[in-house]
Amino acid sequence: MTIKQWLDNATQDAERRGLPDLKPLLETLARATSALRSADWNADATGETCDGPRRQGHTEVD
Amino acid sequence: MPAEPRTIAEIARALESGKTTSEAITEQCLDRIAERNPSLNAFITVLADEARAQAREADREMRAGRRRGPLHGVPISLKDLFDLRGTATTAASRVRRGHVARADAPAVSRLRAAGAVFVGKTNLHEFALGTTNEESAFGPARHPLDPKRSPGGSSGGSAASVLAGMAYASLGSDTGGSIRIPSAACGLVGLKPAFGEVSTEGVVPLSTTLDHVGPICRSVEDASILYSILRGFAPSPRAPQEAPRGLTLGVLRGYFTAVLDPQVAAAFDSACARLQRQGVRLDDVDIPHASDIAPIYLHIVLSEAAVYHAMTLETRPDDYTPNVRLRLEMGRYILAEDYGRALRGREVLTREVDAALEGRDGLLLPALAVPATKLGASDVRVGASEEPVRNITLRLTQLFNLTGHPALTMPCGVTTEGLPVGAQLVGHRPRTPPMLDVAGAIEPYCGPGTSR
Repeated sequence: MTIKQWLDNATQDAERRGLPDLKPLLETLARATSALRSADWNADATGETCDGPRRQGHTEVD
Repeated sequence: MPAEPRTIAEIARALESGKTTSEAITEQCLDRIAERNPSLNAFITVLADEARAQAREADREMRAGRRRGPLHGVPISLKDLFDLRGTATTAASRVRRGHVARADAPAVSRLRAAGAVFVGKTNLHEFALGTTNEESAFGPARHPLDPKRSPGGSSGGSAASVLAGMAYASLGSDTGGSIRIPSAACGLVGLKPAFGEVSTEGVVPLSTTLDHVGPICRSVEDASILYSILRGFAPSPRAPQEAPRGLTLGVLRGYFTAVLDPQVAAAFDSACARLQRQGVRLDDVDIPHASDIAPIYLHIVLSEAAVYHAMTLETRPDDYTPNVRLRLEMGRYILAEDYGRALRGREVLTREVDAALEGRDGLLLPALAVPATKLGASDVRVGASEEPVRNITLRLTQLFNLTGHPALTMPCGVTTEGLPVGAQLVGHRPRTPPMLDVAGAIEPYCGPGTSR
């Protein structure tokens, strides 16, 4: 799930549960998750560990 | 007129020599609570009758020649997150209404066995999820040096109780800095032992892999005494302090000094210069992935907190303070894959702190990037920028909850407003005592502060 998909789902769920004030906190969490996913110590199923520059493709909420 | 004994070590000598009694010093603490707690709100529960009975019993035992050690008969406060049999553990929350602990937490049992007198349970940020002590069902605790400011948190009532002379020490918990932040803000010594050394059983959890238990007190010697007791060891008489000459400390730079209040930076740099004049070798070190600390911490602490709070968030949401409820709700939306990523990042950071310590006796950095913050402030000015209070107060401490290294804060100066500044020492894992030896060696040169 991309961070944008996650954030859309989470925001809709929070509104459904009567927690609209959660939206800015979820946006903050999305930025933190984006940073987490783009860290260069992440590994993936290709067998590559990204030790170089920050990974691309997970920063759509920056 | 000699100075009034203020540390556990000093009062223990006075008790042993018969210069005072447990009953007398307990009454002094209770008098101070009666005088100052209405304005400071440091205590949620005052245990005056129980404390007097414990003090009388301690005096009776000591008169009979049964001396349990340096904590025997000494008034102590407990963060209201610890179970103390027969009393409520409120966690500063309405969610805990009606709770009564059936048994002491093991850490409390050890203090009780050592003869401590429990004067009360102290205020905290609700469920320890915050660094200012403002969100409490019992109202905010206030800083003894300036009641318009926060004493820090989450163990804010604990630090305020020690600084205001309501107790000689306090037992706190630390998940991202909750012992070290208020200790630094109040000019005290706060010890977060290495992960797993002191039991967290019987302590309301925030994040089970980040929670630590330790003391807030007035000296490194007192921290050593309390650490030994909490570990189940007999505190040994302190050897004459080694001079710090020849110690090698790495000074954490980069991320750790990039966002500092100018007065905090100046006090820390002055402390470093004093240590160098005493022959301490200082060299700069960095943690390569320091910029990942906050996102890693956030994903772990909120995920683990959600485990404990999920049911009551559904059944009693209005019993939480609004902002604590929302922060706990955040954790319920974190994906398992991102929690897993955070655990991997935690391993990376742990290796990097180990590497920074290699060949060194410890790491040194400021404990708190800003002096005690004003109550009600959501942001604080740091140099040219405005920073969220929560982020800036956690910035320098949370790493060592992730990695489990022992860490201690001690006073290293005061601002022009008279607010304390703290330095933080980090030691090798998995054992805390070598770090305490280093802390004892540098303590006389790290100040001035307000703890002595």
